[in-house]
Amino acid sequence: MAAVQKTQGWGTRIGLILAMAGNAVGLGNFLRFPMQAVQNGGGAFIIPYLVAFVLMGIPLLWVEWAMGRYGGKFGHHSTPFILDSMDKRKFWKYLGVFGIFTNIGVAAYYCYIESWTLAYVIHSIIGTFNGMSQQEVADFFAKYTTISLSVNDTTLGIPLEPIFFYVLCLVLNTYILAQDLNKGIEKVAKIGVPLLIVFGAMLAVKAFFLKDTGAYEGCTDCHSWLGINFLWEPRFESLSDPKVWLAAAGQIFFTLSIGMGTIHCYAAYLKEKDDIALNAMSAGWMNEFVEIVLGASVVVPLAVGYLGLDWVKENASFSIAFQTMPYLFAKWGTFLSALAGIAWFGLLFIAGITSSLAMGTPLKSFMEDEFNWDLRKSAIFFGVLVFIFGLPTVLFFEHGVFDEYDYWAGTVSLVIFALTEIILFSWVFGIDKGWKEITSGADIEVPDFYKFVIKYITPVFLLAVFLGALITPENNDWLNAFSEFKAGNGWPLGDSSLIAKVFHLDVEELIYFENGSPTKLFYIDLARILLLILFGFIAFLVYIASRKHKKQTF
Amino acid sequence: MVLVQTSVTAISFYFLHKALKAPKRPEPDSYLDNDDEE
Repeated sequence: MAAVQKTQGWGTRIGLILAMAGNAVGLGNFLRFPMQAVQNGGGAFIIPYLVAFVLMGIPLLWVEWAMGRYGGKFGHHSTPFILDSMDKRKFWKYLGVFGIFTNIGVAAYYCYIESWTLAYVIHSIIGTFNGMSQQEVADFFAKYTTISLSVNDTTLGIPLEPIFFYVLCLVLNTYILAQDLNKGIEKVAKIGVPLLIVFGAMLAVKAFFLKDTGAYEGCTDCHSWLGINFLWEPRFESLSDPKVWLAAAGQIFFTLSIGMGTIHCYAAYLKEKDDIALNAMSAGWMNEFVEIVLGASVVVPLAVGYLGLDWVKENASFSIAFQTMPYLFAKWGTFLSALAGIAWFGLLFIAGITSSLAMGTPLKSFMEDEFNWDLRKSAIFFGVLVFIFGLPTVLFFEHGVFDEYDYWAGTVSLVIFALTEIILFSWVFGIDKGWKEITSGADIEVPDFYKFVIKYITPVFLLAVFLGALITPENNDWLNAFSEFKAGNGWPLGDSSLIAKVFHLDVEELIYFENGSPTKLFYIDLARILLLILFGFIAFLVYIASRKHKKQTF
Repeated sequence: MVLVQTSVTAISFYFLHKALKAPKRPEPDSYLDNDDEE
């Protein structure tokens, strides 16, 4: 057992709630949620979304908070040994590796996005986008992400510009992580989260009152309210489509940062008698407020107000944030466009850094707990590891390394780990013991039916999400796939299914080099190998740590 | 839309308010403000 740390802890309750909310609030709240809603039934999407929140999100929040606080009692603040403390069998700690691996794998590319937002704040302040056409703003992003030694090919005259900003973000993360919890992460959350809400509210109000004042000549569908209506117009027929339910469950995963190991880690710094039930609800609902109220009220209404509903339907994607929004802000005049740029990219930066700091904490805590490293050394180790595994996402961004990291570390691993932890908590550790952990010290009464939900409903929900990813049908068309299957034509496995990805069924020819140059497949497999190495490396550290434990025992 | 957004806002503020107004525990907890050492 590791030595119980007494020096670190949360300074205040509001600090803990804001840090947890900051962990959950990320780029997905402002970019992924509105796009998912648009693509999956508009207003009707909110029904499966809220059902998934109640039946999967809230239970998993309580489970992760409870597991974290439980592990913290034994001096463990990261999932390998939190899981290990819950059952005698040795393999749990290796499944707990996911709770560190995922964070490094995601931070590797997430910090890259974070660095874009930082660079774009600077460009907004100096007025780079003023006077640019829509195409020029879109092209600017391609220029920014191109690695070049020549200052003429960069946007700020800094050689290797994307790498410079990436490293800057890593240094910033490392510096904050090297502070005590209440002086680093908590302070950032206390300033950052309220600021993010103010920035989001400013932009939402502007979008609401934009109406059709930004419409270009001849545009018949340029009105910000049309965007809001489109986002919230219920298309109830979508509720019978499993695709919509899986998308809703997936969004709940991403938005709450469940299945990552960060919640366990933060909660592990609580004491046995501290409340978790109310804190978890408070942080979870704060994330929902930012997502449903603010996230849905910025990008889509603004883009529809200026460019029209049809344009948004055709171009709805993550790239709008960087390739379109600066163009829209530039229409507001020099001062307001700078202010809007600071607000938009500033809020994305805050959303990013509060999440990436949470991703750094499990590894940092692991090294402190199990290897007795000091704060500074542990934080630097995180920075270096993320740099090593993240550099390929920067250098080979356009070759798909970034997307591959996102798929395996940021999607598949979350579901696997969540499934693992819910089985451990409900069925191995035992729901009675687990329920006692959740309700111990609670400042609210936890409804009894959640005991049933945690034991039966949430695991089934998670299993459905996992199977949904495993056998995603062609074009994600589940209704057609079921009919085909019933008709005896087999299951039409889609290219986006996990099985197709693992066996490269989505690739026509397995060619790694063409005319002497590496193909996209080469980069995809390179990314996979790197992620496997990362997982193996963390598992090795866990093995060494467990041997140390044994020696200490005897 | 208005119903959903208003409800989510109300629930969020309700839980936050409840958490901040919850009475402090008599025994010291992990928040450093309440620790004896501080």
